Amino acid sequence: MSQPASEMSDGVPLIFELGQKGRANRYFEDAKPLETYLPPSVLREELPLPENSELDVVRHYTRLSQRTFGIDVGFYPLGSCTMKYNPRVNDAIAARREFAELHPYTPDELAQGALQVMYELERSLSSLFGMAAFSLNPSAGAHAELAALLIAKKYFKDRGETHRDKVIVPDTAHGTNPASAAMCGFHVISLPSDSRGRVSVEEIRKVLGPDTAVCMMTNPNTLGLFEEQIAQIAAEVHAAGGLMYYDGANANAIMGYTRPGDMGFDLMHLNTHKTFTIPHGGGGAGHGPLGVAAYLVDYLPTPVVVARDGEFALEFDRPKSIGPMRSFWSNFAHAVRALAYLYANGEAGLKRVSQLAVLNANYLRVKVAEFLETPYPETCRHEFVASAQRLKKEHGVRALDLAKALLDRGYMAPTIYFPLIVPESLMIEPTETESKETLDDFAAALHGIVETAKTNPQELFDAPTATVVGRVDETRAARQPDLRWRA
Amino acid sequence: MAVPEDLLYSKEHEWVRLDGDSATIGITDYAQNALGDIVYVELPRVGAKIEQFGNVGVIESVKAVSDLFTPMSGEVVAINDGLENDPAAVNREPYGAGWLLKLHLSKPDERNNLLAPAEYDKIAAE
Repeated sequence: MSQPASEMSDGVPLIFELGQKGRANRYFEDAKPLETYLPPSVLREELPLPENSELDVVRHYTRLSQRTFGIDVGFYPLGSCTMKYNPRVNDAIAARREFAELHPYTPDELAQGALQVMYELERSLSSLFGMAAFSLNPSAGAHAELAALLIAKKYFKDRGETHRDKVIVPDTAHGTNPASAAMCGFHVISLPSDSRGRVSVEEIRKVLGPDTAVCMMTNPNTLGLFEEQIAQIAAEVHAAGGLMYYDGANANAIMGYTRPGDMGFDLMHLNTHKTFTIPHGGGGAGHGPLGVAAYLVDYLPTPVVVARDGEFALEFDRPKSIGPMRSFWSNFAHAVRALAYLYANGEAGLKRVSQLAVLNANYLRVKVAEFLETPYPETCRHEFVASAQRLKKEHGVRALDLAKALLDRGYMAPTIYFPLIVPESLMIEPTETESKETLDDFAAALHGIVETAKTNPQELFDAPTATVVGRVDETRAARQPDLRWRA
Repeated sequence: MAVPEDLLYSKEHEWVRLDGDSATIGITDYAQNALGDIVYVELPRVGAKIEQFGNVGVIESVKAVSDLFTPMSGEVVAINDGLENDPAAVNREPYGAGWLLKLHLSKPDERNNLLAPAEYDKIAAE
């Protein structure tokens, strides 16, 4: 059942409610009827598109754009999402005609520059993260996880070890890890963290066995803590015949300091939209290069960019490959952005990126610890987790209420209720691109909210009130989703 | 937080109501409160044979998706179909209309691995 329009859109009419019949633009007035081009079987009887003037359309979408919140508007400390500033120069380079107007069917010999971009990005990622080779094929982190698990499956099949059907995932893992494993038909074993928020060698030994396929970890983990025993953990998994997968979501913490390949990982992905540059957060196109150790290179998705006698080419004929993960050459413009970012920073610059990301997170962590619990009060990496558990017990104010009140003060809320092992958690990742002043202002705003929780909790239960849309009914949205507009 | 005296509990916050070789299973008041508004419950099919402390389903709330574990082994003889349209029953009446499944127990002695109300109360209060 559809809701009244005003309720759905909070005052902004929908594009469908604007306009009048016959008001659409006239650009295609002289075009031949569709029947000229399309067989009758694919023609619709009715196509209820809105008919708006061009001016109305421009105004409508400009108004909507003014109502959105993004990194270009304000601080966006969304833990594990690495919402850093994306330098405009990378977009400008990707938008150059030579890249933007290149047709995907252009023959290799006429697309040497584009292939060189892909080749150099692949080589650079391999060296930066200690892998033998990368595929630029997957479009996002979870997409790369799926590709990696398909590779693991094929690898074990080739070795006659199809009985390996268990994927081990720590209880702090990103939800995509168990989801990807389940998608591939693996059984997921959830591994409890120890009292220091880490995976321990003792715990992993308990679940390893002849049925172990893959252990998926991120390092630093989602508590922002470095897994110091990672080398021993990898050795244990390898001794059991399993593979190690590195979820690159938190790679912003380690560049130039350590490499997943050196930690013992066999497969990994990097979210270049997080760790490098590429506007994200709106569910837009991502970029999730997948790296593998030498003995898995033949399994990478096709095509793979190769260099032969000074010429670059796309190689499709790779018998062991799991095949393409998506159409064409993935989100190629993102590869351009990523390489531009990589070359602008260089190795020393990327190390500095990680250094400042960790410094900013710790600066903010110490400030926040003055007024909120931080269950793992040690030096963190690129993010940290605070908890509103005490506020909930004493004043009934939850992490959700703090998050909503932050929106009223012009900030995007941190990630909340994740990782699951911390009750009423707020997971905060400031990134390296924020200034000390921004961090100070944010800490002061959050402190003010915590004080309000003690004196006037109702104000927080009502929040947000200064935003275009007030407190949304998340429960009704989940129980009775209304996903499309109908007249 | 309600912890009825006539039930047994697991560390994973499930409750069991024993009736001879049968058991009714649900999640505790503490669990529903910690999860928040529940929006979807996925239960095993009737006839499935499940093992104590095994993962048998999923509970999705506005906050998170959580695994459902069975506190005892047996064959599923009934599931609460009403939760498909009204998952909120788990929040309203976790020990009543919000029950999840009924088992024919294969190992009734497993009750010795479960917690008495006072013991569970202590764990949940931490």
